[in-house]
Amino acid sequence: MISRDKIRNFSIVAHIDHGKSTLADRLIQVTGGLTEREMSAQVLDNMDIERERGITIKAQTVRLDYTAEDGETYILNLMDTPGHVDFTYEVSRCLNACEGSLLVVDASQGVEAQTLANVYQAIDADHEIVPVLNKIDLPAAEPDRVKEQIEDVIGIDASDAVEMSAKTGMGVPDVLEAIVQRLPPPSEGDADKPLKASLVDAYYDPYMGVVVIVRIMDGVMKKKQKVKMIETDATYELDRVGYFRAGRLEDADALYPGEVGFLTASIKEVADCAVGDTITDDKKPCEGVLPGFKEVQPVVFCGLFPVDAAAFDDLRNAMGKLRLNDASFSFEMESSAALGFGFRCGFLGLLHLEIIQERLSREFDLDLIATAPSVVYEMEMRDGSMLELHNPADMPDVMQIMEIREPWISSTIMTPDEYLGGILKLCQERRGLQTDLSYVGTRAMVKYELPLNEVVFDFYDRLKSISKGYASFDYTVKEHRAEDLVKMSILVNEEPVDALSMLVHRSRAEGRGRAMCERLKDLIPRHQFKIPIQAAIGGKVIARETIAAMRKDVTAKCYGGDASRKRKLLDKQKAGKKRMRQFGKVEIPQEAFVAALKMDGDG
Amino acid sequence: MLEFEPHRGFGVYIHWPYCAKICPYCDFNVYAAKQRDVAPLLSAIEKDLTTWREKTGPRQVDTIFLGGGTPSLIPPKEVKYLIDVIASMWGLAPDVEISLEANPDDRSAFVGLAKAGINRLSLGVQSLNNDALKFLGRNHNAEEALRAIEEARSAFPSLSLDFIYALPRQNLIEWKQELSGIIDLKADHLSLYELTIEQRTAFGKAVGRGEWQPADDDTAADLYEITQEMMCEAGYPAYEISNHAISSQHHAQHNLVYWNSGDWLGIGPGAHGRVTIDGNRYETVAERRPEKYISVVEDTALGLASQNILTIEDVANERVMMGLRKTSGISKSDFEVLVGRKFNQETLSEFIDDGLLEETDNNLQLTPAGRLLADYVSSRLVL
Repeated sequence: MISRDKIRNFSIVAHIDHGKSTLADRLIQVTGGLTEREMSAQVLDNMDIERERGITIKAQTVRLDYTAEDGETYILNLMDTPGHVDFTYEVSRCLNACEGSLLVVDASQGVEAQTLANVYQAIDADHEIVPVLNKIDLPAAEPDRVKEQIEDVIGIDASDAVEMSAKTGMGVPDVLEAIVQRLPPPSEGDADKPLKASLVDAYYDPYMGVVVIVRIMDGVMKKKQKVKMIETDATYELDRVGYFRAGRLEDADALYPGEVGFLTASIKEVADCAVGDTITDDKKPCEGVLPGFKEVQPVVFCGLFPVDAAAFDDLRNAMGKLRLNDASFSFEMESSAALGFGFRCGFLGLLHLEIIQERLSREFDLDLIATAPSVVYEMEMRDGSMLELHNPADMPDVMQIMEIREPWISSTIMTPDEYLGGILKLCQERRGLQTDLSYVGTRAMVKYELPLNEVVFDFYDRLKSISKGYASFDYTVKEHRAEDLVKMSILVNEEPVDALSMLVHRSRAEGRGRAMCERLKDLIPRHQFKIPIQAAIGGKVIARETIAAMRKDVTAKCYGGDASRKRKLLDKQKAGKKRMRQFGKVEIPQEAFVAALKMDGDG
Repeated sequence: MLEFEPHRGFGVYIHWPYCAKICPYCDFNVYAAKQRDVAPLLSAIEKDLTTWREKTGPRQVDTIFLGGGTPSLIPPKEVKYLIDVIASMWGLAPDVEISLEANPDDRSAFVGLAKAGINRLSLGVQSLNNDALKFLGRNHNAEEALRAIEEARSAFPSLSLDFIYALPRQNLIEWKQELSGIIDLKADHLSLYELTIEQRTAFGKAVGRGEWQPADDDTAADLYEITQEMMCEAGYPAYEISNHAISSQHHAQHNLVYWNSGDWLGIGPGAHGRVTIDGNRYETVAERRPEKYISVVEDTALGLASQNILTIEDVANERVMMGLRKTSGISKSDFEVLVGRKFNQETLSEFIDDGLLEETDNNLQLTPAGRLLADYVSSRLVL
């Protein structure tokens, strides 16, 4: 058993691209976790999508043995937390399994909105924070200015910040020493007490089944032990326990207080493991549970439909497989008049939604139509009941509704000040309420409360284009607020298209309606008859466009050599028809369902 | 099982790929004529025909069409030889139609070609307006065209003239004026084509580079409608989308073989054919490059680049796509019996309600309004 004071559990807080993964790789390499040859790729970010986007979706951890300058060998447990607000709760569970954090800031870029949100979470988790300035070798590095910024914006002492370059390896030994010297060991933990461990995260491995990341608080976790997960009220006999090493698992006989490790216990799916649950001994349970447990709540919903109706079962299977590894993603069957059979899916946020969509098409080769993302509305009904609305198409009769509440978020945007004007305008357009505006050097930090509804569709894209990619954005969901919301229907050729209906604030309805009709006019091809497109609230039309009838579709010359050409054209049309959805007499291309909802600057 | 049905017609198409000058709108398989020895290609064509005779067995040839390219560049005695070869192999129908495509600047050959056995001349006039002829890259002017028309009329029992309209910036008034001039020529048959920009042509590239814009759909549709109106009044009703005749006697029998889904041999470089043999309907494509065609015929006795058995569905679809182009339309049962199912009743009634299609007894035909949407209607009927 390793003495608790030789253990350091820590995480790395950083903005995307500020070098978290490279630093992690360096730490692993320097402590001998991997040879140079094995370092060919970044070790911790596993999935393609994670690597491409430079974000972490699942918590990961690696145990390093480090002999410090004092001659002692320490156990360093690096916890790589999911790097995005969509996974705030998962992040908090990871942080609770550690005692300290390295705050990595790019010495030329400075503090970003995401850094801020993450570092405050670490501070909330009572972490000791060691600031680390990365990319110090770049000519644009301004360590003094960034240190000042850290002190001003975050409010922690940065005078002792470690200066390093993860890329060249310069300063990495100083980081290791700082971990040992400046971060505390696990503060308490009694091996003699009944087992009390935190379920940090879990992932699905095709060979081993579910692998659970645990942090031992009290007691000892042994192979063959019968344990109980308190929230899910499930008991398991442990098959294996051990440590995470770089790229592999190392078996151990037991895990002791302060240690981070894994367990396997023939658990079938990740959904059987609640992140933040307390694990204890089945026969000798601990007193109380670890604080802070929350059930997963999807925040954003959208419909996913197969392009080819015949692929419905493939889609169902693919979703089942993804859910094996991602309990926070939920789905249930949905049928839409326009899009046929598909699923209404719940996600932790927009990034989560994008990731799942991308994985479905990439890993399972599925061609999908996604409807516009929607948030969860609370409806207080006249009969006193409460309804949660996940899909605008299911909106009950307005007469029975007392009040509709929509989720609001608190957001932080950091931007070079030249883009501030455009960003403020965007936030105002989206019904935002400014709560704070401050400057750090030439960077502005503005805080807004915004309806999530106005953010879910293309807010990121707009923000990025307004700021040429320089603004960073972060948010937390705050509360539901009662608002004057109405359901806007879109009628194509006099028939409502359910997949295009949306809840919208009354003040924005006309503008949105007009924009939608204009877009649809361009997206729906001409037919042999003219097609009215209308936006309506209840029975009242608020915007209207007309697609003119097609005048001409005929080949002028068609002789012996053209018969084959026509047949090939027919085959192409057949394939094209698969991408069309029949709506009454009108065929609507699938792309239209999402493209119609993209708003322009004036939307 | 599919059988050759003689009432649909049996034609021989011979493609002559050489032109004195290549027109900028043409996307046929054509090559500059230069000074060439035509003998190797002619003997390859003869050998190809001989092998096809073995494959088809005895049949009567209803139509022969010498197209191109510019088949009027073939010396008349060679034309006669080819016609004689076909006649001796299959035998010709008593009322056989033997057509040849020619340009106005070939008029010195007309008398010889008529003597060689050509009984229908299709003359590529294209326009009566010198600016338009220049734009279209033609070798002749309006005056030469008129002289060629006079000579062709006296040389051939049946004369057809080709014209192109919907040129960039052409307006209704200009075209109406030109069209009445065309009507005054009193040809037996008129093919009036909207200018179509094909990607691989000089025009396609010019439009791609943004040098000029083709007529928009609305203008083209207006021009088509006024064409139909004027031609009907003048006694030249359309019997196909772009084809008009003074009487049914002058309908292009060879082209009707295509539109009726008859059988035709595609002989010569790049020619397409449809031949029903031993229960299968074949789609044939000959080698495109003349040298390749000649060498393939030498090696295999056939000029094929590919042949492919059409599915029943393909055959039925072609009957609809090609057949609906005729004003007389198609037999409903012809399609339904072949594929073993009815037309989609909903689609059918929708088109009928919208005034694009008419149904009489067992017959479906496009209305005048429907003709402008022929591809749209026929593709939706079979999709």
